[in-house]
Amino acid sequence: MIEKTVSKKGFSRRSILKGGAAATGAAIGSGAVSGFPTIWAQNIKDVTLRQFGTGVSNLNEVAQKVKEDLGFNLEMTALDSDAVTQRAATQPDSFDIADIEYWICKKVWPTGNLQPMDTSKIKNYDKIVGIFKSGKLTPESDIAQGTAPHTVGFVDGPDSKSFATEETGWMTLIPTIYNADTLGIRPDLIGRPIESWTELLNPEFKGKASILDISSIGIMDAAMVCEAMGEVQYGDKGNMTREEIDKTMAIFTEAKKNGQFRAFWKTFDESVNLMASGEVIIQSMWSPAITAVKSRGIPCVYQPLKEGYRSWGGGIGLSKSLSGLELEAAYEYINWYLDGWVGGFLMRQGYYSAVPETSKNFMSENEWGYWFEGKEATGDITSPFGDVLAKAGDTRDGGAFLERMGAVACWNAVMDENQYMVRKWNEFIAA
Amino acid sequence: MTDLTVSNDTDRKEETRLQPGVSAKVRKPVSDAVSGWLMSLPMAGVLVFFLVLPIIMIVVVSFWGATEFSIYPAFVFDNYEFLLTSPVTYSVFLNTVKYALITWALTLGIGFTIAYFLAFHVRSLTWQIVLFLLCTIPFWTSNIIRMISWIPFLGRNGIANSALISLGVVDEPLDWLLFSDFSVILAFVHLYTLFMVVPIFNTMMRIDRSLIEAAYDAGASGFQTLTNVVLPLTKPGIMIGSIFVITLVMGDFITVRFMSGSQKANVGRLISNDIALLQYPSAAATAVILLITVLIVIATLLRFVDIRKEL
Repeated sequence: MIEKTVSKKGFSRRSILKGGAAATGAAIGSGAVSGFPTIWAQNIKDVTLRQFGTGVSNLNEVAQKVKEDLGFNLEMTALDSDAVTQRAATQPDSFDIADIEYWICKKVWPTGNLQPMDTSKIKNYDKIVGIFKSGKLTPESDIAQGTAPHTVGFVDGPDSKSFATEETGWMTLIPTIYNADTLGIRPDLIGRPIESWTELLNPEFKGKASILDISSIGIMDAAMVCEAMGEVQYGDKGNMTREEIDKTMAIFTEAKKNGQFRAFWKTFDESVNLMASGEVIIQSMWSPAITAVKSRGIPCVYQPLKEGYRSWGGGIGLSKSLSGLELEAAYEYINWYLDGWVGGFLMRQGYYSAVPETSKNFMSENEWGYWFEGKEATGDITSPFGDVLAKAGDTRDGGAFLERMGAVACWNAVMDENQYMVRKWNEFIAA
Repeated sequence: MTDLTVSNDTDRKEETRLQPGVSAKVRKPVSDAVSGWLMSLPMAGVLVFFLVLPIIMIVVVSFWGATEFSIYPAFVFDNYEFLLTSPVTYSVFLNTVKYALITWALTLGIGFTIAYFLAFHVRSLTWQIVLFLLCTIPFWTSNIIRMISWIPFLGRNGIANSALISLGVVDEPLDWLLFSDFSVILAFVHLYTLFMVVPIFNTMMRIDRSLIEAAYDAGASGFQTLTNVVLPLTKPGIMIGSIFVITLVMGDFITVRFMSGSQKANVGRLISNDIALLQYPSAAATAVILLITVLIVIATLLRFVDIRKEL
């Protein structure tokens, strides 16, 4: 009995002290974060925005620069495309800013977890490249197949769940970066020119090829190959019929069974390691992965192919739950994003910025000429991390911006038959 | 099962406590039963909340429907129908069982040998402890790290291949060392052998040495002693180790993904792919089938040895 009372007493005293301290702490903490309208400006330093996305643009350098320029915190989480989709669709409260691709947007938007942005609050809206607004790079260009960004770029109003067909003033994603993808090769191990997508299944590279295991992107690369081989004719590679999917997967399953592929990759780092180690000498690849391989001093080329590029675009979307001070901070972040520093940072890795002209201010003339205009480098081209990527006299694989983005054959897409495609893709992986 | 063991324990404790006789008068037999139940309550609660409820949830969701981006309550058999009619399912389950069987056989062989060496050849207790701890040192690092470190080792230009080439064993690098069934099983064996060693070593240490002396005195050869005395007495340990290894291998997905370069599939990968694509009901259905398979395997194993009796 006595023991009980003593322990009870001790416990209660301590608990009061602890509870008190915790309550005070909580009060201070919550006060600072939720804030009062009158002291917004001072409080912006305490704002933390949680951003997640694929590894390509979720860079700590960006978060550091945000802290310097805007004063608030940006927390970055990098995930693979599937995980990004999953998180955007199922955990709306776990993020403030979603850095996703346009095809993911098509999947995720109907869940209502994102809110559209008022374009009148976006300073550089008028300077955003036409691909994201009308779908045309230049007034004369054709619109490529697949989920072209402008088709899922706008909605009618703040609460609309279906996409609008033209510019409306409510944007689903603010475009950040985009690029034209092709096959990456190790020229030193191949030793001859590569010109067509068909080379991915060339028996010459048996056991040394790879394709990415993200179904919605992998199927497009597969389609580019099958079309180039003349085996399958597609109505729209971005929206295949069941029959087209079956044919495509049959060709790839056969190649897999014959040992064409060394491995499949799912994340950026895996593709870099496969290429750098020489396990694979030809594979689907993303531009910065090439940069990463090159910066290890290993020759690697992002080979332009005659059938054209498979292109993708990413943008940042705002979580439905953002409001008040955080929403203001998010708009400020977006404006800063399009203001050029990030654009320059990403363009020096081989991506394109949605507003190229602002990025120009943050790049040297040599860099701008090399990366954007397709000119010969006049001096060393270095990545933002200081690695030398090209020497004077080199030109960029594929040439100038208009040349590369003008040769896009299709965009990453979500198809009407997506579920069927996914099942077939799984069978291919398991085969 | 847990309830029973726990209450048995308490009964035993009560008996020993009753012997002194003084405090026994105060206690009533009813309170024994009540306290037994109370003592088993926390464990039962934990199991209900963290095991039984989630499993029920999985079973329920496996009958739901799904769209691209959402799941909705329903009672449909689509998920099972697709699963059980797809030839891929069978080949993947077959592959999973194949991995489990091969890994089991190898870990058993290696694990038994190590345990036998530790228990019967190492004479001093100190050395037994030292060597046993040595076995556990790899477990100080994460098993993902232990697994991934095989990749550069086995690669086309890896240490294994360059060693073989410089020794003149092969002329060209061996491709099958990495991203193949071989590398998957190698990683499994590496990761899970200890789960076999520990329980087998434990049961071996409890074998009465006089039994072995008796066998020797009765003229049994070393091999006869092994098969007629040691092996039957270590069965419970073997069985526990087998259950560990088989359930771990059958439930794994990450080892298969990394070591096969995403080229091979087992049931775990099927589930993880479904989850990645937001197809939770389909993943749940696969999980239910996998659970049933594993339970059948374990039930079969338990028919060979009555673990509760042996312990």
